[in-house]
Amino acid sequence: MTTLSRRRVLRSFGMSIALATVLGALPATAQDRTSVKIGYAISKTGPNSGGAGITTLPNYLLWVKDVNDAGGLELPDGTKLPIEVIEYDDRSSAEEVVRNIERLATQDKVDFILPPWGTGFNLAVAPLFDRFGYPQLAVSAVTDKAPEFVKRWKKSFWLLGGGHDYTNALAGLLSKAADAGTINKKVAMISVADGFGIDLVTAARPSLADAGFEVVFDVTYPAGTTDFTPMINEAAASGADTFVAFSYPPETFALTEQAQVAKFNPKVLYLGVGTGFPAYGAKNGANAEGIMSLGGIDPKNEANAAYRKRHEEVIGNAPDLWGSVVTYNSLQMLQEAIKRRGLDRDAVADELSNGTFQTVLGEVKLEDNQLRKLWLGGQWQNGQFVAVAPVDREGAAAAILPKPAWQ
Amino acid sequence: MLTTLVAGLVLGGTYALVALGLTIQYGIARTMNLAYGETIIAAAFGAYLVHEVLGVSPILGLALIAPAGFAFGWVVYGLLMRPLVRRSKGGAALEIDTILATFGLLFVIQGVMQVGFGGNYISYSYLNFGVDILGASVAMNRLLALVMAVAIGGGLYLLLTRTRWGTALRAVAVAPASAPLVGIDADRAARFGFALGGALAACGGVVVSMYQTFTASSGVVFTMKALIVVIMGGVGNLAGALSAGLILGLVETFVATYVSPGLTLAAVYLIFLATLLWRPAGLFGKARR
Repeated sequence: MTTLSRRRVLRSFGMSIALATVLGALPATAQDRTSVKIGYAISKTGPNSGGAGITTLPNYLLWVKDVNDAGGLELPDGTKLPIEVIEYDDRSSAEEVVRNIERLATQDKVDFILPPWGTGFNLAVAPLFDRFGYPQLAVSAVTDKAPEFVKRWKKSFWLLGGGHDYTNALAGLLSKAADAGTINKKVAMISVADGFGIDLVTAARPSLADAGFEVVFDVTYPAGTTDFTPMINEAAASGADTFVAFSYPPETFALTEQAQVAKFNPKVLYLGVGTGFPAYGAKNGANAEGIMSLGGIDPKNEANAAYRKRHEEVIGNAPDLWGSVVTYNSLQMLQEAIKRRGLDRDAVADELSNGTFQTVLGEVKLEDNQLRKLWLGGQWQNGQFVAVAPVDREGAAAAILPKPAWQ
Repeated sequence: MLTTLVAGLVLGGTYALVALGLTIQYGIARTMNLAYGETIIAAAFGAYLVHEVLGVSPILGLALIAPAGFAFGWVVYGLLMRPLVRRSKGGAALEIDTILATFGLLFVIQGVMQVGFGGNYISYSYLNFGVDILGASVAMNRLLALVMAVAIGGGLYLLLTRTRWGTALRAVAVAPASAPLVGIDADRAARFGFALGGALAACGGVVVSMYQTFTASSGVVFTMKALIVVIMGGVGNLAGALSAGLILGLVETFVATYVSPGLTLAAVYLIFLATLLWRPAGLFGKARR
């Protein structure tokens, strides 16, 4: 039996490390690049993995596959380089996501960084993207402060609108129904006492008041609440025709079930994140009919339909009906900007700000680094989550009100 | 008022059901199982598969999933807990060791589920229709949770207090060092207790999956809630877990109805603190010397 002395082990260990460092440094010194390095940190585990796993990560995977299958990212001189992905799991921790982005920029020295999932995380890493000079195409971040952020972080892009956009669209939708005499001017509203719920309900109060609606029931509940019976009972007793819940996915699913059990069928039922998940439509079937939420898609848009089909084939499940297509659109914009201007990050950011792009959303041009032409409200109609707001945008379907009875 | 009462009892049924297994594991096997919630979620995934893939009622699936939970507990105790029990002299050291070991187990189970099912939200509907009780419409699946909690809790309580087998288990719980003197195989009893807890967790998971949306990483929430119920009710006491669960359900529902839904969590922890100040060993717990 051979025994290895500690000294011998340490020596060979040290040598192999030295060797590995030399080997690792080689590609950096060689000038001919063989790939474009794209890195991202995403919540693969922890409480955020549910949202990141449907809106963000599948689109990153799909896009990388699409690009590499087509030979790689095209550069201005016509050459194509495959994408090399560096992926980190931020474990749903804000400290971790910051560390990961820093690592991607300083150690991995990637060419571009894709943003993490969630409003809070995008805000947490925005200063880093700015400091290291990376453009940040923030999609899964709903914030009213986007105009301010664009001034502060010149290379940040905000593609999913702000709370006021959604609540103004909702108020517009409700006004139209109230003017037609379909619903009364009372609203019952609940919201989760956490980022998304606080933002949206703060925006909704003035939006609804300006439109002449009276909020007769307005409470918040802690995230993770599973029993909504008391709130549903009070909302039912409040006499409001409209029930709005700015909720997270588990609560959205629970509210839908418990409203059925309580035989609570308001004329307008508007729920939060999760309503636009394909799983929601699949689970609730005919009972989803008439339920409204943020987002929505235009079923007549062929590019979007083709995207949805490919997503299902490659990923194995359908994309959600709010942020997913915008995420994929942001990646196509990046791809096109690289094709036009190369791998220079300042030039790409400039192209993203000023260029016009053909993507799965159709023709896209950012205004002040923000995507303003968005679908802000959708409704389940015949098994599809179709866009119904803003009511004055071309292609918006008419909302079916009052909501049909539970099956 | 009556509606609120019924709703509170039904919500409390869920809490009690989820906590029963933990109180058995903690009380009899004297192991603090932090991976308890993960067992619940694993069972929930099992029920989901049974319902979606096989198309069989999750209640029939219990016949498969509960024994699987038992077997899992049996194996985990044999591999992970027994060496710790042997090594320790009992008491606080064992508790700390098991906390650390099961904390690791938590991530193993979570990781396996993450690989197998991904991080997405899982949800399906079963028995989701209203039943009229005293003028309140109650979801059938939640009512089932209450009924199961009362039946399992009550049944096990009787078994533990009225049978020879139960007396042996309780002897191990009270004096693990002295039980062998009267011919009780303490190791076997503790292992059985731990496995029984696993089976109860599996039952809880199956019922909870019928009405609650879950992800691979939502087990921690169940462990936390179960811990509160177990400590408040008195460690190892089934009647305690049952009543503490119901009390918490009632408090949450009454506060949500008459004060504000935003204060439910605060109220729960307030009651928890008040109970511990008044009775440090829990509602039904006996002070240990």
